[in-house]
Amino acid sequence: MERIDTYPTQKYKGFNLRPGRPIPFGATIIPGGINFSIFSSHATGCELVLFKKREPRPFATIPFPDAFRIGNVFTMIVFDLDYENIEYGYHMDGPFDLQQGHRFDKHKVLMDPYAKVIGGRDVWGEEPDWDDIYQHRARIVFDDFDWQGDKPLEVPMEDLIIYEMHVRGFTCHRSSGVKHPGTFAGIREKIPYLKKLGVNCIEIMPVHEFDEFENSRPSPVSGEKLMNYWGYSNVGFFAPKAGYAATGRFGMQVDELKATIKDLHRNGIEVILDVVFNHTAEGNEDGPYISYRGVDNKTYYILTPDGYFYNFSGCGNTLNCNNPIVRGMILDCLRYWASAYHIDGFRFDLASILGRDQNGAPMNSPPLIESLAFDPILGKCKLIAEAWDAGGLYQVGSFPGWGRWAEWNGKYRDDIRKFLKGEVGLLGAMGQRIQGSPDLYRWHESGACTSVNFITCHDGFTLKDLVSYNGKHNEANGEDNRDGNNDNDSWNCGWEGETEDVEINRLRRKQMKNAISILLVSRGVPMLLSGDEMGNTQFGNNNAYCQDNEISWLDWDNQKKNKEIFNFVKGMIAFRKSHSVLRNKTYFQDRDPEDCGYPEISWHGIKAWDADWSDSSRTIAFMFCGKKAKQGKSNDDFIYTAINMDWNMHSFELPAIPEQLKWYVVVNTDVEPPEDIWCAGEEKAIENQFEVLVGPRSVMVLIGKKLK
Amino acid sequence: METNFSVNYKNKVVKVTLAGSLDAKRAPALADEIKKLIGKDIEKIVFFAKDLEYISSAGLRVIIFSKQKIGTDIKLYMVGATADVLDVIRMSGIDNIMEITDIYEE
Repeated sequence: MERIDTYPTQKYKGFNLRPGRPIPFGATIIPGGINFSIFSSHATGCELVLFKKREPRPFATIPFPDAFRIGNVFTMIVFDLDYENIEYGYHMDGPFDLQQGHRFDKHKVLMDPYAKVIGGRDVWGEEPDWDDIYQHRARIVFDDFDWQGDKPLEVPMEDLIIYEMHVRGFTCHRSSGVKHPGTFAGIREKIPYLKKLGVNCIEIMPVHEFDEFENSRPSPVSGEKLMNYWGYSNVGFFAPKAGYAATGRFGMQVDELKATIKDLHRNGIEVILDVVFNHTAEGNEDGPYISYRGVDNKTYYILTPDGYFYNFSGCGNTLNCNNPIVRGMILDCLRYWASAYHIDGFRFDLASILGRDQNGAPMNSPPLIESLAFDPILGKCKLIAEAWDAGGLYQVGSFPGWGRWAEWNGKYRDDIRKFLKGEVGLLGAMGQRIQGSPDLYRWHESGACTSVNFITCHDGFTLKDLVSYNGKHNEANGEDNRDGNNDNDSWNCGWEGETEDVEINRLRRKQMKNAISILLVSRGVPMLLSGDEMGNTQFGNNNAYCQDNEISWLDWDNQKKNKEIFNFVKGMIAFRKSHSVLRNKTYFQDRDPEDCGYPEISWHGIKAWDADWSDSSRTIAFMFCGKKAKQGKSNDDFIYTAINMDWNMHSFELPAIPEQLKWYVVVNTDVEPPEDIWCAGEEKAIENQFEVLVGPRSVMVLIGKKLK
Repeated sequence: METNFSVNYKNKVVKVTLAGSLDAKRAPALADEIKKLIGKDIEKIVFFAKDLEYISSAGLRVIIFSKQKIGTDIKLYMVGATADVLDVIRMSGIDNIMEITDIYEE
């Protein structure tokens, strides 16, 4: 049945028009036409600018009649447009008055902030026409999709094993063997690999449309082009990056990404998106007009009293996230991704910016964070904050979570790295990190699930490089090695960089296994960096944001070369997944409602029941009581872990467990494969049930279970 | 590129021959022809695509639509499609609702 409000009411230069509907914002296909809707609190006039796809000049400019405006929203239906073959933009008229925060320029063609598909960078790295007056071009999209019954997986947070990846880096290297390298389709081809590894969640670095040519320059080392490779720079919040799609050149990136997500879900793998609401690609005062500064500068950005851009992001500008209008846009955006793309969760880059007010001051109860925590459409989405920014805020442990937000636990990374190196004075911290950091999150409703534990991520060294380099080597970035973190808490095991030394390499492999085993027995939510499971190296570069080459692309040949590491990581993931006691979401309480005679977590040292918490200690052991798995609702084995970061071997006295149970070795990082890790059901029995010898700089994990 | 398409229904099988380009301009006409078959006794829809040079999002949607409207139990075949068209079908993920084949046997 046709609506009575879908026929034209007036004409303009051959175009049939009608007053539009303000909601939804953006461009929406309706029967017979397109509904355009854009808001601006301060614009005095607006024109719709239409291009044929990829043509340099528009074929039409249609002013929005004032009679069509509703409040601050310009809206119009234009009939009979060839929606697959046009691009649209806006001219926004208004004052240019920096003191008032306005930068209107009616000659600029501006992209729709709500554009769901963006052209202009259709194929990654394809040099655009730099004279084009409209570089990033909004297009019209079908946002329908046949999900065939798919819905977000809603895997409990405590059961997640997160794998952080970069779309392009994951399969771009020729060794990946995929048909469509560096794309969403490429990820699909690697689903069997992800299943084999055992991860159940991928966290994808920014997939919104961004400009890979932003700050592009030749490398002083190799001469090749350095790109905006990581993508932490939004051109459009609602559109997936065309250059990440094999079908980008056809404009089908939306369908391709959705198909990839559908396939991932079908294989039990959740998708978390890394989202960047702290700044846009428009940069500082010298930056380009892409959209926001021309549509409504004063609304979208946090400005100084003189009308300059505050720079809490380190990238030139700061999005005005707690402005009610921008808050609405962010909500609309996330709701769109959650409902139209079935996204399972979001990780918020520099999330502390989301807690700054319109003058840049930190807020106690930022309305945006609260809105996201309680939004009904986002109600089952994971929300993860990178709880710091580049303006001095560090909120790990104090990010206002409302019981819903998790955090990237930077303290976990720092403390575990230091302990792995053999530093002292860390026993207290280790005790907290292994339990899920109750010192930070005790009063958060989300308990241990608030803590996303990681030792490596895209920022910083890969795991292989963490054990191969003492210092960063970012010369290839062209900033004289000044960029990137200096405090890496890394240790090269005796030689800086690649070496043929057998003992050093053996120690490096052991240290990687130590890191993985500690990460995967800790309470909280573990996150792995893609490629660590194959010993991927970035050759000492700890800030490879601009390296679109072998430095950051995964080298899949490493899977064979470092089969030992892959098997170990795979085995540890399987171990974690099969032992629910490792995944309790509530914190340890000093009670025994199950009446089993054991606390949920007990601490030990070289002597059972007697942990050495002293400042000089480098040894710790802990035991999880299996009867307290899932807060006592499940029955699991006892799990005992001994960590010896001393350079001498130590004998660890084992705590006694119930008579019918026996200790078996699951992991011993001091032993060569295949005895470094044992599959379920094949764990190695140990003769001496009273003590184990833990090698220097080693981790052992035992399970106490019924005699085989 | 012009589209010629023909739709033929006989013995519970719908044969659709495609040529040229199937995009937003041309897809509605094909969708209208498919709509006429709703309610008929159909087991298979076979798309003969050897002369199909290009398929867009709108064209893909007509194919999905045909299965949704005629019946999700029906078998869908894509016969003789070019590598480019198959690439688009696979990358957009609609390959799992159809059987892709070089030759169709009755």
